[in-house]
Order: sequence, then C-alpha cells, then structure tokens
Amino acid sequence: MNSAKSTVPFKGTKEQEAQLLAVIEEKKGMQGALMPILQKAQEIYGYLPIEVQKIISDNTGIPMEKIYGVVTFYAQFSLYPKGEYTISVCLGTACYVKGSGDIYEKLQEKLGIAGGECTADGKFSLEACRCIGACGLAPVLTVNEDVYGRLTVDDVDKIIEKYTA
Amino acid sequence: MENITVKVNGVEISVPKGTTVLEAAHMAGFEIPTLCYMKEINEIGACRICIVEVNEGRGFRLVASCVYPCTNNMEILTASPKVIESRKKTLELILSTHDRKCLSCVRSGNCELQKLCRDYGIEDATKYDGANNTYEIDDSAAHMYRDNNKCILCRRCVAVCSKTQGIGVIGANERGFKTYIGSAFDMGLGETSCVSCGQCIAVCPVGALSEKDYTKEVMSAIADPEKTVLVQTAPAVRAAIAECFDNPIGTNGEGKMVAALRRLGFDKVFDTDFAADLTIMEEANEFIDRVKNGGKLPLITSCSPGWVKYCEHYFPDMTENLSSCKSPQQMFGATAKTYYAEKMGLDPKNIVMVSIMPCTAKKFEIGRDDQSAAGVPDVDYALTTRELARMIKRAGINFNALPDEKFDEPLGLSTGAGVIFGATGGVMEAALRTAVYTLTGENPIDFPEVRGTDGIKEATYNVAGMDVKVAVASGLANARELLEKVQSGEADYQFIEIMGCPGGCVNGGGQPQVEMGIRNFVDIREKRAKVLYDLDASMPIRQSHENPAIKAVYAEYFGEPGSHKAHEVLHTSYVKRSVN
Repeated sequence: MNSAKSTVPFKGTKEQEAQLLAVIEEKKGMQGALMPILQKAQEIYGYLPIEVQKIISDNTGIPMEKIYGVVTFYAQFSLYPKGEYTISVCLGTACYVKGSGDIYEKLQEKLGIAGGECTADGKFSLEACRCIGACGLAPVLTVNEDVYGRLTVDDVDKIIEKYTA
Repeated sequence: MENITVKVNGVEISVPKGTTVLEAAHMAGFEIPTLCYMKEINEIGACRICIVEVNEGRGFRLVASCVYPCTNNMEILTASPKVIESRKKTLELILSTHDRKCLSCVRSGNCELQKLCRDYGIEDATKYDGANNTYEIDDSAAHMYRDNNKCILCRRCVAVCSKTQGIGVIGANERGFKTYIGSAFDMGLGETSCVSCGQCIAVCPVGALSEKDYTKEVMSAIADPEKTVLVQTAPAVRAAIAECFDNPIGTNGEGKMVAALRRLGFDKVFDTDFAADLTIMEEANEFIDRVKNGGKLPLITSCSPGWVKYCEHYFPDMTENLSSCKSPQQMFGATAKTYYAEKMGLDPKNIVMVSIMPCTAKKFEIGRDDQSAAGVPDVDYALTTRELARMIKRAGINFNALPDEKFDEPLGLSTGAGVIFGATGGVMEAALRTAVYTLTGENPIDFPEVRGTDGIKEATYNVAGMDVKVAVASGLANARELLEKVQSGEADYQFIEIMGCPGGCVNGGGQPQVEMGIRNFVDIREKRAKVLYDLDASMPIRQSHENPAIKAVYAEYFGEPGSHKAHEVLHTSYVKRSVN
C-alpha cells in the first residue's frame, strides 16, 4: 500500500489503538456501525489516515474501500492531521468578493498542499471556512488564534514566514 | 400470495403484490430501459432511465420503475411523450460527462448507453457540455483497464464486486460532481486484493471497464515464421462465442470456433478439455492419496484462478487445502511445452501458447510463479472469449457460414468429463466419475446432485463403504459462506469444488457481455451450461481416465498420476496474500 494519501508520518500510540479497538468492540454488532466508529476514531486520532482505516477494516470485516468511500463522502471526516498551525481562510461572501479566493490559492501553492491537507513536516494545515463575523476586515484569515485582515496576496509570504522562523 | 391488478399502457394484468412497475411491464410485454438496475444486487433507482408515468388515483407522475412497487388499479405508461422526453434529458445529461470516444471504444456496437442514445434519437451529444473531470486510466492490474472518463456511475461493478463476490475493492469515492469509482486511498486495482474475476467488466454497460487486449501480439506471433503458435480453448468458450455473432444465448459454437481458429492461422487448434481430463487424473489421485494417507482435507479444487487468488487473500490459512494441481490452462501449456514439444521435436522457446478463456483471471494466472515447466512460461497469452470474437471479426471471417470442424490430435481429444468443467459442479462430477472408478471399478456417470446453478450444493456419496461428503460453491460470496462453515467445524466435507464466478466459467468475466435488460430476466448461466451438459451427454467417452490421449500421455511421458514427473510439470504452489 504505497498510495497512502497523507505524507505526514503516522504517530498513533498503543493507547489510541486500544481506545479504538474498544469502540469497535462495542459498536461492531449494531446496524450502521461504521459511522459512529469513524466519528469516535476521528475523535481519538484527530483524523483518519490509512493506518486507522486499516484497523477498522481488519476488526469489522468492512472492506477498506467502503470505509474510504464514506470518509471521502462526508466533509467532516479528514484524511489529514491538523498541523501545528491551522490556517483558515474565510471564503464567506464578503471575504470572497474582496479576493480571499486568490489568497487561498496562493497559500495552496506556497505550502504545496490542497485545502484540507497538511504539509509533510506537520507544520501547517490549510482549510477554508465560511464567515467568521469579521467582514469589516475582509478578506480575513486566521492562524490558530491569530486573526489577519485587510489582506492582499502579497501578505501571504510574510504571514507564513512569521510561523516558520 | 395476494394478487393486484395494474394496467400497463392499457393492457390489464394481474401481478403478485410487491411486484415492481418494471417487472409488471415486462410481464405485460413492455420492456423498460435501465442502466443501473441489476435484479437483487443493484436496486438503487439512481440512473433515472427507467422512469415511467404512474397514476395511483392522484394523477400521473414520474417514478423510477425499477424500485417502485405496483399498487392495486395502478395505471402505468411506459413510453408516453413525457416519459420519452425525461429519458432523453437524462441521456443528454449522462453524455455531458461521458468521454464520447465511440469510434475507438471497445464497446462500440454493444454499448448500452450508445444503444439508448440511438433508440431515443439523441441528436446533440454536446447539449449540456461544461466543466468536466478527467481521470488517468488505471492499468495497474494484470487483467484490465479502468477508464473513469467513460464511467456513468451506475455502480453495477461496485454491486457485483461487493455483493456477488463479497470482495468490495471498488466503490464510490468523494461526492457530488467529484464522485468516481475507485479503490481505497486511490490504490491502483493491482495493489488491492482484487482477484481478477472480471465480473465488473461483464456487467459494465459502457466501455469504462475492459480486459487488457492482446489480440495484436497474438496476430504478430502467428505471422512470425519462427514460431509454432498453438491455441487451446476452454470448455465454456464454445458455450458463448456464438453470441458474439448474433446467435441466441445457449448456442453451441464449438465446431465453428475451431474452424475460425484454423482460419486465423494457428498452427494447431487444441482443446483445454484435454487438460481438464488430465487435471482429473491428477486431482482424483491427489484426493484418494489425501484420504488414504491422512493428508489435508477438505481438498479444494484449484482450476479457477479467481478463486485461488481469493483464497490466498481472504483465507490464507486454507491454501494447504487447495489442490496442488495447476489449472487446466496451465497444465495444457506445460504439457504442450514438454511432452508435445519433445514428441514433435520443437524447441519450447519457439512455441507460443495461446489460450482462449472465458476468464480474465487467466491473464493474471499466466504470470504467477511456479508456472513454467519447460523453463519458459507455460502459457504466453490468455485471451478472453470477447478478444477471440474481435479477432474473428477483424479477419473478416464469416463465423456463421463456417463448417463445423474438429480439434487437432492428440491434445484436442477429450471426454464429456472435460467439457463440463465449464459449469459449476462440473469439476466435481468429472472427478467423482474417475475417483469412484478408481476405488470401486464401477462406472457411474451422472451425479445430478452437484449440477444446477445453486450457489452452494452439497451431497454425500457412499464409495467403497466410505461416506464421501462433497460441496460445490460458485461465486465468491457463496465460497466465503461455505468456507466459514468449514473453518468453524460446522461442516466436514472431504472434497470441495469452488469456482470464482457465479454459475462457473460459463458466466466468467471474459465471456460476451449480455445487456442487463436481458440478464435481469434470463438466466444466462443455465442456458450456457446446458450447451456443455448436452455435449457431455453426446460424447462417446465421458470419463477422463478413458481418454485415449490421456492414456498415451501417461504411457509415453508421465508414468502414472502423481508421479515425480507429473509433479514437476503439472503441479504448482501458492502464496499467502494480505487484504487491501
């Protein structure tokens, strides 16, 4: 299996695995067990990489593809971990008309990842969000708790630099 | 059961309660087109082609007939102007994301989408063109391509893989406009635990799925004067090849197929049935040996490469139960490149062994380890029934006008036991004919208990004072059910036959595609199997051990079944694989 999507090394612990196995044991018999198992698994690990889906498949008998199909169907499930810094770009109406789409694109290019993904060093993850209620500052992005407003595409480099130093 | 009355296009009929609108229309003589619907395994009402108008007392409205149950006094219109308009729009929308390479498509001429577009008079295929997804073709598996640019997301392949076969290595990923059929984490099919059965190809309505085509390579070999090109044809091919030339399902095409192969230029036209007889000699011997000497039981047949790969992935603890016999295809190639080469003074390196198979897993099998008795691969090219039909058409051979010809000797000689290998239960019956004779000297021919299209069959025979419990399964979901019983100790069979495809090779993944509108109402497994059982009944010799060519090959070369030489040439080994 060399097509695992995430390039961030899997850092699951024995404790997490034990927790997941307990969840599977509890839910396995019930109808439609996959959804609650996946929700719990994401709670435990923060995301659902191939290693986690494999544990679920091996212990429920549900084919990997079926699990992957469900995970990729629902936006709330993620194949990628959260980075040390989560960059969240507002694509709400106000920010979008002020050019946040370009900023989002520039970030993808700069970080070499698509929205929803995490850089290989685990430093940054990128996501889009809808209105965060700071339309007066549009376009807006946040890095963890820090808010940046009235941005242009040219500001992206400086912001990233601040967190890579 | 309670009956209700419905009116289909003014024709009143009585149908059992629970009948769908589609089934009721069929009973009344009206066919409704479908794309996604597969009886019992894909009743999802997704494609909207089967839309009809129904009136349940509140006026006419459009419903998906494949999943809509009839109600009493329902009025149904299957081809009203509103219905036709709706189907046209649906087709135009499907076409908007379909890669319309009809001129070069392998399914051109028997594509279900193309046929509907013609029937409904689609004039502008580009009507709703716009943004589109493009996909790389997945060629990672040994046996097939997936071209998602042509996929219409009907999910028939997904249903057959997960439900009929119980495997589920393909499914729908992502959602909405981005939805595509693929494997977990975008693994290529070759990286997954796909068993290469090809049932997905057999049910694909369009050209999204197809076997890897080697017809060009085979024609080049035939044109090469240095090469002796031998061909063998599996039992089930003769039961279906005629369908490619507009003959009804269940037409025996053996004689014309032989004639066509000769006209294509093969040096010798041989029969895998010969190797089926050889398999019986070895396998019956192996069975008796395991019973007498406390070997691993139950013995499970190893003719079906889809089943063998399934066992390696999903029941790795049971690979020792598999017969060590190579499949008939491989036994044939091995015998041709050793015994026959020696007999004819040919260098095995200059023999090109081509096999015509109802199967796509045979393409995987020829590349397996421990399948090269003469130091070169036992079989060089495994073509499907469909590829052979393609070659015959390309060569301009008028199949239906051909005379019936006979296979070449000696490797074209076979028995009724060999020909039934192509249907579920056939290998078991053939083995029983020879095993019972070997143990008792008696000559029973018919073992009706193991015949028929049931997914799982069981029987107990008293042979020489010993109860022999046998079981037969076809389709891998059925195989799993049976093997789980064996593993739990619930069942204690001594001999099991398993074929990967439901109904056996006659319904293999390499057989001619039959439109789902027909498959939903006609059992093609039964019709094709009948060709083989009729052939069996008509043959002068019906037991493998009575085949004079088999007697000769043992007298001249192998000595006796299970000999050291036979083991070197005719037997193989297995590996344990993981589930991905």
